[in-house]
Amino acid sequence: MVIDPDLLAHLAARRQIALISGTNGKTTTTRLTAVAVGVLGPVASNSLGANLPTGHASALAKAGATAHAILEVDEHYLPHVLAATQPRVVALLNLTRDQLDRAKEVAMLARLWRDTLRGQPIHVVANADDPMVVWAASSTERVSWVAAGQRWFDDSWVCPECGGSIRRERRNGSVDWCCTTCALRRPTPHWTLHGNAVVDPRGMCHDVKLSLPGEINVANAAMALAVAAEFGVRPEDAVPRIAEITSVAGRYTIVERAGRAIRLFLAKNPAGWLEAFDMVDPAPILLVINARQPDGFDTSWLFDVDFAPLRGRPVLITGERAYDLGVRLKVNGVAFTHVPSFAEAVMATPPGRLEVIANYSAFQKIRVELDRAE
Amino acid sequence: MRNESALRIVWVYPDLLSTYGDRGNLLILAHRASLRGLAVESVEVRSDQNLPAEADIYLLAGGEDAPQVLAAQRLAADGGLRLAAERGAVILAVCAGYQLVGGSFVANARMYAGLSLLDIRSDRGLTRAVGELAGEVDVNLGLPMLTGFENHGGRSILGPEARPLARVVVGVGNDGRTEGAWAGHLIGTYAHGPVLSRNPALADLLLRWATGIEFLAPVDDTWHERLRAERLAAVKAA
Ligand SMILES: [Zn+2]
Repeated sequence: MVIDPDLLAHLAARRQIALISGTNGKTTTTRLTAVAVGVLGPVASNSLGANLPTGHASALAKAGATAHAILEVDEHYLPHVLAATQPRVVALLNLTRDQLDRAKEVAMLARLWRDTLRGQPIHVVANADDPMVVWAASSTERVSWVAAGQRWFDDSWVCPECGGSIRRERRNGSVDWCCTTCALRRPTPHWTLHGNAVVDPRGMCHDVKLSLPGEINVANAAMALAVAAEFGVRPEDAVPRIAEITSVAGRYTIVERAGRAIRLFLAKNPAGWLEAFDMVDPAPILLVINARQPDGFDTSWLFDVDFAPLRGRPVLITGERAYDLGVRLKVNGVAFTHVPSFAEAVMATPPGRLEVIANYSAFQKIRVELDRAE
Repeated sequence: MRNESALRIVWVYPDLLSTYGDRGNLLILAHRASLRGLAVESVEVRSDQNLPAEADIYLLAGGEDAPQVLAAQRLAADGGLRLAAERGAVILAVCAGYQLVGGSFVANARMYAGLSLLDIRSDRGLTRAVGELAGEVDVNLGLPMLTGFENHGGRSILGPEARPLARVVVGVGNDGRTEGAWAGHLIGTYAHGPVLSRNPALADLLLRWATGIEFLAPVDDTWHERLRAERLAAVKAA
């Protein structure tokens, strides 16, 4: 389906809009932001992760007239959607490798963002811990820097500005970084994290008691609060609302099946897997790997992920490319059992919690299976 | 402390040459050596460090154009890899790394000098080669069918001093007919990322070359073999 660019522009007109983009955390951060900005009234949002212009148009059309819209945007479509929607705020979360055989290279994406934002009258909310994001955001005047953290360093060792080496140093719980050749360095963040608390630019500490798991979601919440602040929402008003979110587009929800409490995590790329390991409880875990079009046909990235955090717990694997994962886990010293299907994995685990991490097409297939059984 | 008798495996410039899963080759070699009771020292040498010339195995991986050019220039200036190659150290060069050990390669629409450790020249093809790659390996190496995934825009021409690694059955490789190249203890391939994951026999060949041990104890390759069979069946190259 081809969307008339004027249609999106028409639907976006007379709304105050924030766009949320990045390799990981877009859907969750969009949801957190939409709920935070909801303090001001109804918000239009593509909350199910339909992050291409068709998804934006239908989300705006469905919502009717709203003063605000919070839109998740695919990294590659940021120029297009920015031109059509004239947003007030753009949030940039992170940039890491996705699927090489379909996505642009990380440095090229950073340049695309940088060129898109240059000279625009937009307030940018950007992750100060990701050198690629900082470089992309630095072409604009007004930036709120958020210390949202970086788990995946391997796509930002080379300075996007000058090709020099990026040096990192652990300092007071965060990682300081700078280019060893040019002036690119970590900006002083306006928003910082302290455990489960977000500290705003006034220095006020907000205890964020999320129902969503993991440190990474506290970072996503900080980004959301920073975006909402640009629309005039006080963090103290937004925090109680975002604490109530328990599920985002099928992720994190616990589904009961045959006495098992199954919780689904989506991990689309190496950084996403590290984030998922950070979020799972110490329970049996099922890993599901496919390599279809939306996943990328290449499974090489499995060797970019260190599965060592899973050692010592029951690990099951399945999916169309489970053998690639089997080799990876063997080499990684992680004991596992291969099962032919998701259904058999459920029956192979004792009653209680089962954590499931799946890549994109595997995740969607499991969701359909769980819905059907309902 | 350094163990003088340990097998030293160097990943050359992971800050420049590291795309999808390239760490896999280092992990697999170290794992298979350990299974044979060999002490292993894995070293990652960044581009701002000197490259040791006395290691046993060197791994060069894939990279984007700018890092590839930078890596070639720094390796030429450093000289360590040339010294290592001259004394017969084992080198596995993948993708961008394969191109830069040759005489010349093209990046960002310009031609650059390579390290001339392998008699190949690389150019840009009209199309990008992305997908499964399989080929019958040079009989002199005594290896089963090569299987891998390629993702590159290069085309390579072999000179008389290099032999093709394999005859292409599926995919593109150098030019649609041959894939990769080898000479002495240097093997180059367009099968990117963790090529040793699908080719454990190639990993063992590198270990045999590096250690001089002719008969390595067999190890449990169940998962490698399942993966190989599945991929070769998927492209019907078996
Ligand atoms: Zn720099």
